[in-house]
Amino acid sequence: MSSNRTLYDKIWDAHTVGGADGTDSLLYIDRHLLHEVTSPQAFEGLRLAGRVPWRLGSNIATPDHNVPTVGRRRGLEGIQDPISRLQVVTLDDNCRDLGIEQFDINDIRQGIVHVVGPEQGLTLPGMTIVCGDSHTSTHGAFGALAQGIGTSEVEHVLATQCLVQSKSKNMRIRLDGVLASGVYAKDLILSIIRKTGTAGGTGCTIEFCGSAIEALSMEARMTVCNMAIEAGARAGLIAVDETTLQFVRNRPYSPKGALWSLAEANWRELVSDENAFFDIDMTIDAARLEPQVSWGTSPELVLGVSEKIPAPHSFESSDKQELATHSLAYMGLEAGDAITDVALDRIFIGSCTNARIEDIRIAAEVIRGHRVASRIKQALVVPGSGLVKKQAEEEGLHKIFKAAGFEWRDPGCSMCLAMNDDRLEPGERCASTSNRNFEGRQGYLGRTHLMSPAMSAASAIRGKITDPRDYL
Amino acid sequence: MKAFEKFTGLIAPMDRANVDTDQIIPKQFLKSIKRTGFGDNLFDAWRYLDEGLMNKSPNERRINHDFVLNQSQYQGASILLARTNFGCGSSREHAVWALQEYGFTCVIAPAFADIFYNNCFKNGLLPIALKENIVSSLFEEIAASADSYCLEVDLQEQRVTKPDGTALTFEIAPERKASLLSGLDEIGKTLLRQADIKAFEEQHTKAQPWLFTDHS
Repeated sequence: MSSNRTLYDKIWDAHTVGGADGTDSLLYIDRHLLHEVTSPQAFEGLRLAGRVPWRLGSNIATPDHNVPTVGRRRGLEGIQDPISRLQVVTLDDNCRDLGIEQFDINDIRQGIVHVVGPEQGLTLPGMTIVCGDSHTSTHGAFGALAQGIGTSEVEHVLATQCLVQSKSKNMRIRLDGVLASGVYAKDLILSIIRKTGTAGGTGCTIEFCGSAIEALSMEARMTVCNMAIEAGARAGLIAVDETTLQFVRNRPYSPKGALWSLAEANWRELVSDENAFFDIDMTIDAARLEPQVSWGTSPELVLGVSEKIPAPHSFESSDKQELATHSLAYMGLEAGDAITDVALDRIFIGSCTNARIEDIRIAAEVIRGHRVASRIKQALVVPGSGLVKKQAEEEGLHKIFKAAGFEWRDPGCSMCLAMNDDRLEPGERCASTSNRNFEGRQGYLGRTHLMSPAMSAASAIRGKITDPRDYL
Repeated sequence: MKAFEKFTGLIAPMDRANVDTDQIIPKQFLKSIKRTGFGDNLFDAWRYLDEGLMNKSPNERRINHDFVLNQSQYQGASILLARTNFGCGSSREHAVWALQEYGFTCVIAPAFADIFYNNCFKNGLLPIALKENIVSSLFEEIAASADSYCLEVDLQEQRVTKPDGTALTFEIAPERKASLLSGLDEIGKTLLRQADIKAFEEQHTKAQPWLFTDHS
């Protein structure tokens, strides 16, 4: 093999089956994660065709999108909406019938699938990972090629252990410099999407590198890779280093003993070669960044917290001007206003972007000793998994949130996409640690501002969008 | 999947860029465990003036008459024209199912988001990427046209023909074209390579044995 390959090239080469058919290759899949929303039609298709899963042990399931975040002790009975309950029960049935391991609604390991995989050591470096969810890019933080797929592909992977895919381009985003206090991984990725736009990474796998990335914890790296899809890239990647190995070691499903040694030697090779070729290169000075927040209805409409809401004519293309005009109207904002003058109705700390233990610790640190502002109708903390919740409770973090007026909930996707009962009412405005600010994403006519857990916590205190550095 | 055939269809112009899959089919409709029943809720938040809920009949809804698909001249449209980065966001294949069930066979835009583009081919929906300026001129011609504006779509020839007879050609990967034209079951096709997959798996098990210590 040539020695000028990118990390993506290496994982790709190690997983292609036989020769290519034109531009298409068969890509072997090591890990398949399943949840209740995008799997039922795939299981039905499999059954109707009389097919069975190719390799049972590669699959793991957990319900997350539709589960309530209150009354978890009641299990399935706690799901009030019969249509949601049917979807969760259907996942139970499919997993039981086929013998697929599931962390079900009663299992403490249940949670958002992209939090659960890494937590359990089901996500390992060098793997190919897929899930019927676009935020599968999260797992790229481990030097794994992780991609979101549609339901037909879920069925295809179940039946064949492979995906038909053509190779994407290599894109590299380098982030150098030491992050200022109050600036986090979420601010990094929001500033990246502001620069690339939501289509800048289309057709690419993005490798994030540089000293600012190397300094991040695994939790923070997952936040960065999670939103690669918001830059248009199906996958994000970060090279394996000591931080990666440290995180993976001793997880319930990670290799042990002699297998670990073998794996570790292999994983240390999971970096791009020095002379590797990238189709697109981009550099960002991370040291100059201030906390970031979205103002519009696309994740590329992002501002530094000290900036003013832009006027549509300040954008170059007519497409972007139109997007900005639509956004101002939908979001109920005026160009020229300071973003820190924008008053809020609800606070959401959660989602596959920011519901890991580190995120909860950071938010707790900001909120400690303060109260949620009286104008805030609801402030939610939704841990990413049952185990994150347990860990946070062992550290006493739930008490800090409750004392401040936050609700401390059970794990799930919750208000990130509002498929369960956690949602915005029409016109309400939310400070959210989630990943998408599309129209109606958090509830019909709801308005979303994407930001870090620290900024969400600070904004809860003041009742409007707030620079977290005011509370650090 | 049905084999894709040449057809002539009415085009509906949706003059928006970055149409995301949350708009194409909002999340409250993803609770279904079926592949059907999404057409009435395509572009729900734009198409109706009230909030869309599961099991609410379209007859009970307040129609947004300003929305392009509700205008009389675009009834029966089978081709959707939109601006760039169509289908961005969530991987939900329900977006493709909803477009098809509504009656679309083809979407034309300057560029598509990756996952959506891929999902189209699994279901027989043809995404055609045309250059930005060509898409712009189509928008203009539709707006200026007194009659209904129809296009002939010929995948075999990779050609779209306008009412005045002008032909526009488009690019598409040969494998994707072949799969749409044949309508063949992709899983069946991959399973023809079972021996290759098994051989790979054997070699992969030796190279990375820690991946095969199955937990179930």
